[in-house]
Amino acid sequence: MTTAVATEFETVIGLEVHCQLITRSKMFCGCSTAYSGAAPNTHVCPVCMGMPGVLPVINEQAIEYIAMTGLALNCHIAEFSKFDRKNYHYPDLMKGYQVSQYDLPVCKDGWLEIQVEGEAPRRIGITRVHMEEDTARLLHRVDAATGEGYSLVDVNRSGTPLMEIVSEPDMRTPAEARDYLVRLRQILRYIGVSDANMEEGNFRCDANVSLRPRGTAAFGTKVEIKNMNSFRAVHDALAFEEIRQAAVLREGGKIVQETRGWVDERQVTVSQRSKEEANDYRYFPEPDLPPLELSREFVERARARLPELPAARRERLLGLGLSEHEAATLTETRERAEYYDAVVAAIPGDRARAIKLGANWVLGEVGRWVNAAPGRTLAALPVTPAALAELIAMAESAAITGAVAKEVFEKMTESGESATVIVERAGLAQMGGSGELEGFVRKAIEANPKAAADFRSGKEAALNSLMGAVMKETRGRANPDAVRDLLRKELSE
Amino acid sequence: MVYPSTMSLTANDVLHIARLARVQLAPADVERFTTQLSGILEHFAALAAVNTDGIEPTAHPLPLSNVMRADEVAPSLSQEDALANAPEQEDGYFRVRAVLE
Repeated sequence: MTTAVATEFETVIGLEVHCQLITRSKMFCGCSTAYSGAAPNTHVCPVCMGMPGVLPVINEQAIEYIAMTGLALNCHIAEFSKFDRKNYHYPDLMKGYQVSQYDLPVCKDGWLEIQVEGEAPRRIGITRVHMEEDTARLLHRVDAATGEGYSLVDVNRSGTPLMEIVSEPDMRTPAEARDYLVRLRQILRYIGVSDANMEEGNFRCDANVSLRPRGTAAFGTKVEIKNMNSFRAVHDALAFEEIRQAAVLREGGKIVQETRGWVDERQVTVSQRSKEEANDYRYFPEPDLPPLELSREFVERARARLPELPAARRERLLGLGLSEHEAATLTETRERAEYYDAVVAAIPGDRARAIKLGANWVLGEVGRWVNAAPGRTLAALPVTPAALAELIAMAESAAITGAVAKEVFEKMTESGESATVIVERAGLAQMGGSGELEGFVRKAIEANPKAAADFRSGKEAALNSLMGAVMKETRGRANPDAVRDLLRKELSE
Repeated sequence: MVYPSTMSLTANDVLHIARLARVQLAPADVERFTTQLSGILEHFAALAAVNTDGIEPTAHPLPLSNVMRADEVAPSLSQEDALANAPEQEDGYFRVRAVLE
């Protein structure tokens, strides 16, 4: 972002997110939503193909999911809401209308707290969350014989439950917009209502952006941006757009209210052919769907299904004495957060120590294992929280050394065996200050006469190379403190 | 679209509605439909005369709500059946003319 934009103008951003819900069946019919990778037009029926005379029936799971989403976003859940028909003609819309919600959405008036690194937290208003259905998928081709374009329609996606989350125009920078999306996705994944994967198209974002002279209240003319397929693309498209609009305004020009598409390869937004006339969707109540009157009990059931949300989890971990970075990283996914909690709960002894040890291990060795292969997730880790806690306890009680503990963890990830089994079989138990260890120490001194002589003549650092020699011979099983003490004792005699 | 209280349509209204419905009208049709559609709307003028102060809008006439189904998968059509009525198809897809957004 240029400084000129920042000082002269204020950017105003609102986001619309469409996200598919992970129900088993579609919104209004029993067709399976597991169409990813399936042959075209194999997950379709008369309802989602828009045949005349069929009747849609609302998927209750989708309504529970949208209520959970609304609650997680601090929304009011409407006691009365209804579906409406949004009429327009496009080949991806089988019925000639989309079943959506116009004036009475399931959820409204919520907020989501964002925090861009280095800045104070801010609440972004959520205008509404409403339920609708996804459209069919179009492929555009060119006829080899005639050179004319045509489209192919795959109806599999048609009728998949789609939730639209509309924010207030409360964001002021591209960084805030990205942070909003990251946190929104995190919440949707935590509560388990959507895969929320932008690259796979089940989490899509359109942005409305306008500029106004800094210090003024009236909104400028807004431009809608589409075709952003990653968080980075959203950020870059908004950053491009604020500079473009600032340049137009600075030259005394007017912003045209239009839809622009982000062209990622060129890093620019381009005007999409402006519609011949304003959208006229002729919304009217969907006569085939009776309204929803969600009871208090229904809403409370949805609330009871919510897990501890990311913000609350972060706060709790901060309260346990973990750092901002540790708390944020441990709670990044629900999976990791729950794994961490389970590890800490299974470590015996002092709580403060367990909290710290658990964080070190989950962010350290466990994180390294997950990152070691692309697409690997914690769910695939063969080490249960209890098994990791056992290993941590062994290291803590000095049954094994820290170096050996890491080696044992690696073996556990390979075999899934317990730390006890691995340590016993490989003879990795820590050596104490017994005669066995003294033998290793004497051998190290004999094998490294120069280091021994250096230490005797006052070079403290020489002890390290002797330590290293002992650790190497004992394959890390020796207690470092015991080795140091023994070395000093032997060398001073 | 907000219609004027007189409920009479102009030729431009009719052309607009025709465009939304993707219907092409000959000039003579425009004139005829302007009269006919206005005539239909006149009937609604009778409703507009009713005093509805304090009456909630009715989205549905039936005393029904929360008609929902469990999230269970039911069999879909075969691709062959799905495409059976398609005027044109290709590689298991419906083939349609190109539409520009």
